[in-house]
Amino acid sequence: MAAPDPMAEMRAAFFVECDEPLEGLQAGLDRLATGEAGAAGVHGLFRAVHSIKGGAGAFGLSGLVAFAHQFEGLLAALRGGQIALSPGLLALLFRAADHLADLVSLSRRGEALPEERTAALLAEMAPLAAAETEPAGPDFAPLPMALDLPPGAAPRRWQITFRPRAALFAHGHEPAALLRALAELGTLEARCCLEDLPPLAELAPEEPHLSWEITLEGPATEAEVAAPFDFVEDLCTLVIRPLAAELPEAQSQAPPPPAPAEVPTLVRVDLDRVERLMNLVGELVINQAMLGQSLARLPLSPHGDTMKGLEEFQRLTRDIQDSVMMIRAQPIRPLFQRMARTLREACAALGKEARLETRGEMTEVDRTVIDRLAEPLTHMVRNALDHGIEPPEDRRAAGKPAQGRITLSAAHRAGRVVIEVSDDGAGIDRAAVLARARAAGLVPPGATPGPAEIERLLFLPGFSTAEALSDLSGRGVGMDVVASAIGSLGGRLSLSSTPGQGTIIRLSLPLTLAVMEGMVVEVAGETLVLPLTQVSESLALAPSDLAELVPGRALVRRQGSLLPLADLGALLGYRAPLAAGGGGVALLTGGEDQPRRALLVDRILDQRQVVIKGLDESFARAPGVAAATILGDGSIALILDPGDLPPAPGPGPAPARPPAEVCPA
Amino acid sequence: MSLAVLAVDDSRTMRDLIRAALTPAGFAVRTAEDGAAALDHLADPRPDVVLTDLNMPRLDGFGLIAELRRREALRGLPILVLTTESAPALKDCARRAGATGWIVKPFEPGQLVAALRRVAC
Repeated sequence: MAAPDPMAEMRAAFFVECDEPLEGLQAGLDRLATGEAGAAGVHGLFRAVHSIKGGAGAFGLSGLVAFAHQFEGLLAALRGGQIALSPGLLALLFRAADHLADLVSLSRRGEALPEERTAALLAEMAPLAAAETEPAGPDFAPLPMALDLPPGAAPRRWQITFRPRAALFAHGHEPAALLRALAELGTLEARCCLEDLPPLAELAPEEPHLSWEITLEGPATEAEVAAPFDFVEDLCTLVIRPLAAELPEAQSQAPPPPAPAEVPTLVRVDLDRVERLMNLVGELVINQAMLGQSLARLPLSPHGDTMKGLEEFQRLTRDIQDSVMMIRAQPIRPLFQRMARTLREACAALGKEARLETRGEMTEVDRTVIDRLAEPLTHMVRNALDHGIEPPEDRRAAGKPAQGRITLSAAHRAGRVVIEVSDDGAGIDRAAVLARARAAGLVPPGATPGPAEIERLLFLPGFSTAEALSDLSGRGVGMDVVASAIGSLGGRLSLSSTPGQGTIIRLSLPLTLAVMEGMVVEVAGETLVLPLTQVSESLALAPSDLAELVPGRALVRRQGSLLPLADLGALLGYRAPLAAGGGGVALLTGGEDQPRRALLVDRILDQRQVVIKGLDESFARAPGVAAATILGDGSIALILDPGDLPPAPGPGPAPARPPAEVCPA
Repeated sequence: MSLAVLAVDDSRTMRDLIRAALTPAGFAVRTAEDGAAALDHLADPRPDVVLTDLNMPRLDGFGLIAELRRREALRGLPILVLTTESAPALKDCARRAGATGWIVKPFEPGQLVAALRRVAC
């Protein structure tokens, strides 16, 4: 079997990618025709053509490049005001866009391009196109980065004085790199001048104190010698002058041949093997923690060889772990692309119109997370179409475009992956949700939940979505199943909806399911772990930090604001809520999309990497419990997800407090 | 330790090509689809080198370079421009904004690797 050719795969991907700018081009021209698009609209058209040109150049599709280039010139002229939009020009733009689409699809099938029609259109565009646009030829010449020395050229000697200024370093340049580039031109002798180096006590580290005197021997011209300094000429003092050609003593004529360009090699590895490697790294992390604990009990100097060795060991472990994680990380794009198909099929089944937009699809996510996300995401996209997007006629009546829009986006935020599924549909019918929840007994009679609480009802087991169960997303699978699937990935789900404008469902997932930085705490005699990324601050509580506005509801003063304080032991049902009389440690959690609050723990034990071990199914619904881990001493601790903890201790008589315990506000 | 590259390009094909060229050479490649997205990527580990296109939605290459040079924490970060453009005026603009170098697309993988090795060591 022939090995898949990565270049062929990318070529195929390029053609798929062309669909988007081509569609954008059509849509943009439509807007231009109706007068909706201004200067920014023309720029959008320009970028669409430009991106096709860029990719086509990479695959050597010169016919396509040449046409796109001229088209781009025409749009640049329109953007720059050199030509005005007229019905004739608009027609030409439409024809050019159609032709570009034809050229792309012909190139895709590897067929010959219609030269006559292309030439005719090019001739029509040429007089209008922006004058400054250069011909396509030199525009696409790759920059020569290694110079082949013409054989037999007479060797010359150059004297170069190079004194960098501070800005040179600030702009990311490195003198050594410039010297290396020079060395490629011939035989190089560089002397670093240390005369200006002040004594250490007076040394200003931001200021450069070094300069170089360089002698270069080789057949390079002055322009070639100056070329490496192209981007630094304003950032240094540079003098290049030729030296009298002293007869070189028996020097080798030719410089060493440039190193051959590296050929990219890819290895395909069975996922199981990577998985096994990851598990072993997990064991290594645990082992290292155990070793660290045993060594800490010995009377060893923290600066001795053993402890230094341990530090090195810890660093290596972390590096190995990062490398393995990198192997497992993959862009989320294939998953998003599958959703496009899901949506098309769902549209056909439901007689609705919607297109899928994706953002941040190169966001890298752990492979396992991607695999396990497929099902919940499919369900969410179907749901968005089924319950969110209205039928075309309703949309038109509401003044929206007949075609709905569902957007998938992914981004890294605060050490987590945030994925959003949003639609521009009708939003959630809160009254209907509430009525249904009341009927299902999910809301106690007489209770009046707020909008956010009503939306959360959708995630409760037993709440089957929609007034009329449809074929598609119905099937007895409700959002509660999605919520629990996300929960088992250590993720959180939140939803916000605006009537008439649409719904956004946001998933926040851990980057990996393997290892994380944790804060180990003690609460009511139990050892628990909190993800470090979710603890923004910890403070030892003093009575003056506390306020109590309502008896039984303590608040922590923090930088002028008040945060609700909840006893973690009580939230988890380990003990009755403690009197908030001070003592203990408050951990500040939340932020981003989660409400901020403080959690009261007894003390902080440690801060370290922990290996995440999945919990048995029966634990999956325990609120706030995400996973478990094995600590350095071999004991097992639960890993909590602060965002998933109940807002207040479970039902039960809240202990009444004598007024004496109320802290002065 | 492998060099971390942040590649910024609005073309998915370009991002794939860059990734395909650099990953086998031992670079750790992260990508962003425009300048604005690139800014989100700078908080979690700082890249060793940034490779950016010029023509992009939301925040273009010039804007991105200028913004990066404004940030004290990113002092000395090498930023290479990777573009189909070769007009000297644009190159001057990039230089003034604070670019470290300029590479013209399409690129040979070996050349790209060599260019990156040259600035980020």
